[in-house]
Amino acid sequence: MKKTVFLGALTATSLIAGAAAAATLDDVKARGKLNCGVTTGLAGFSAPDANGRWEGFDVAVCRAVAAAVLGDPEAVEFVSTTGKTRFTALASGEIDLLARNTTWTFSRDTDLKFDFVGVNYYDGQGFIVPKALGVTSAKDLDGATVCIQTGSTTELNLADFFRKNGMSYEPVPIETNAEAIQQYTAGACDTYTTDASGLASTRATFETPSDHVILPEIISKEPLGPLVRHGDNDWGDIARWTLNALIAAEELGVTSANVAEMSASAGTSPEVNRLLGTEGDLGAMIGLDADWAAKAIAANGNYGEIFEKTIGENTPIGLARGLNAQWTNGGLLYSPPFR
Amino acid sequence: MSALTDPHRESFRLSMLLSDTRYRSYTFQGIALAFLIAVMAFLGANLLSNLAAQGLDISYEFLGSPSGYDINQRPIEYDSQSTHLRASVVGILNTLIVAVLACVSATVIGVFAGVLRLSNNWLVRKIMAIYVEAFRNVPVLIWILIIFSIMTVSLPAPSAFRGEDPDSSLLFGAFAFTNRGVYIPAPIMGPGAWFVIGAFIASIIGIIALRRHAVKVLYDSGKVVKTFWPSVALFFLPTLIVFFLLGRPIGLDLPALKGFNFQGGIQLRGSLIALWFALSIYTGAFIAENVRAGIQAISRGQSEAAAALGLRPRRIMNLVVLPQALRVIIPPLVSHYLNITKNSSLAIAVGYMDVTGTLGGITLNQTGRAIECVLLLMLFYLVISLSISTAMNIYNNSVKLRER
Ligand SMILES: N[C@@H](CCC(=O)N[C@@H](CS)C(=O)NCC(=O)O)C(=O)O
Repeated sequence: MKKTVFLGALTATSLIAGAAAAATLDDVKARGKLNCGVTTGLAGFSAPDANGRWEGFDVAVCRAVAAAVLGDPEAVEFVSTTGKTRFTALASGEIDLLARNTTWTFSRDTDLKFDFVGVNYYDGQGFIVPKALGVTSAKDLDGATVCIQTGSTTELNLADFFRKNGMSYEPVPIETNAEAIQQYTAGACDTYTTDASGLASTRATFETPSDHVILPEIISKEPLGPLVRHGDNDWGDIARWTLNALIAAEELGVTSANVAEMSASAGTSPEVNRLLGTEGDLGAMIGLDADWAAKAIAANGNYGEIFEKTIGENTPIGLARGLNAQWTNGGLLYSPPFR
Repeated sequence: MSALTDPHRESFRLSMLLSDTRYRSYTFQGIALAFLIAVMAFLGANLLSNLAAQGLDISYEFLGSPSGYDINQRPIEYDSQSTHLRASVVGILNTLIVAVLACVSATVIGVFAGVLRLSNNWLVRKIMAIYVEAFRNVPVLIWILIIFSIMTVSLPAPSAFRGEDPDSSLLFGAFAFTNRGVYIPAPIMGPGAWFVIGAFIASIIGIIALRRHAVKVLYDSGKVVKTFWPSVALFFLPTLIVFFLLGRPIGLDLPALKGFNFQGGIQLRGSLIALWFALSIYTGAFIAENVRAGIQAISRGQSEAAAALGLRPRRIMNLVVLPQALRVIIPPLVSHYLNITKNSSLAIAVGYMDVTGTLGGITLNQTGRAIECVLLLMLFYLVISLSISTAMNIYNNSVKLRER
């Protein structure tokens, strides 16, 4: 009898602990810091700069959310994760948000119990080879040794691609992008395959990037986006709408340069007013200040600015907007309305 | 009679649980056990309730579904359409392969280094001491990474073997050392190959029988029967004769550069070599210390007595010291073998697809079934460890001193 009481009490305690963990927003506010999962280092997406400050396209999402929630884009604790550790880190509560070029897939969304809050980069999987190898198409890779990050969707696509084309290959599983670069540059693998954006970023770090080509074939769809734990919908909403705010800001012409001025008083565009909190109370609906989106945009600029600054055509990474242009420019970026 | 025992029984008071040494240990063990059970129950209940709170359950159904990933080193038939269960079995076999290889080579290295550490030659002794200290005191993970990095960086890529005047060429035309691994010739078994192997096994049995016979003759009549040259002859001749009589049924499949990689022969991947080599030299250093301790545990009188009988130093080692030292050496050896098996899970650092890499790595990650996979992994390592200890205990019992 006594024992059951004891166990019952234990269960109750752990249930309370579980319930408390569910209100991520309160946790983040109490902590005063956002724990954000990023890569171990992928130039342009998330990598520490010379002063140890994290920079990049994915990092900007973390900073925008921190700015929206805590009012300070620097109030982020960055947690390096590998392709393998990222989901455990998120599921266990070690991080509040994962922004690590992670592909939105059915099973990750449902079976792994995560919620993707949107797509910040529409990508696909490609192959990089040294020019000297003389390969011009992924279909010529029969028998090749392929470096591949374990725990990624790319690992599964690779198996599918070679099987579908009746080709064989030798996988060399590696943990991080840095290891992949070491193996690839030493010639221990003929080709490295991952998201094309990751390849562009990797190539930019090579001594002579022009010695390497990214093959024309894109073998999969990789919609990359930030994600949160399933179950805390309020927190999911905050992350989702922060990302949407960055995208909408570009569409509406709100930039880091004019956001302060535009959010000072209501202007002529009702949608901009609602976005920046000078009209209506959208912020209160997600439990944040009225100027949450203005703070998020002020952190790193709107989506377009972030893109140009971190991975755009004028950076060493040199990615074109392509699919990631606004829908008004023939791309796929389309934020639902702020209303 | 009962009058004598009764007072004893009645005199048991609760306080004796603490004051009486006969009961005290039970009391403490009981408390410790209750505490342990409570902690386990707490952790278990916590786990289940938290899982339930997140809407997760424990299920092993994923083991039956296709894995979707490829594995480079496949001791059994496997492709990305095989199940997660099969991927785990491939991983288990890969673990066993590297563990067995490393146990054998670590023992050989350890015995040599241990014996040589007691050598009368100053230089040999010092070199062995340096080996033991250097390798015992650096974590094995570092050794694995060092060896792997050296291999990738210093050995040529297969493309260096290509072209009219290649930068690298095959050793003896049969061995290729590349940064993807070492390619060695593989035997091709033609018809009749089994006769050759049979002949070889028969000659080994013959050699053992010959040596037994020699010992028996020595004990019975005191005559020394020469065994060295007959043994050598037995080792080579019958097998070679059968081999050539049957028209060379065993050929060699030499590695050759085809396309991107060497094809044919056996590929020892860089990851396997790094892991195998690192585990062997690391554990070998521990075993060396073990062997040295075992030998030094045998009292000097034994070897002095043997020397007084006129035995030469090598014989003293082989006939008098080592057989006794084995009894001291074997029990700790078991734990080194267990360590090798467990340390082999560091395979993940170099991408060797052992069971931690397949079941505990990719499968865990792609299915998200972390708890299930980790429980299975623990079960596997437990079973392996217990089997090794059982086997070694049986062996230990067979060599230990029989007290009469
Ligand atoms: N999008 C894929 C692959 C993501 C991935 O692992 N990308 C690599 C290469 S672009 C990366 O970010 N590496 C950085 C690191 O090693 O930390 C997925 O979600 O599974």
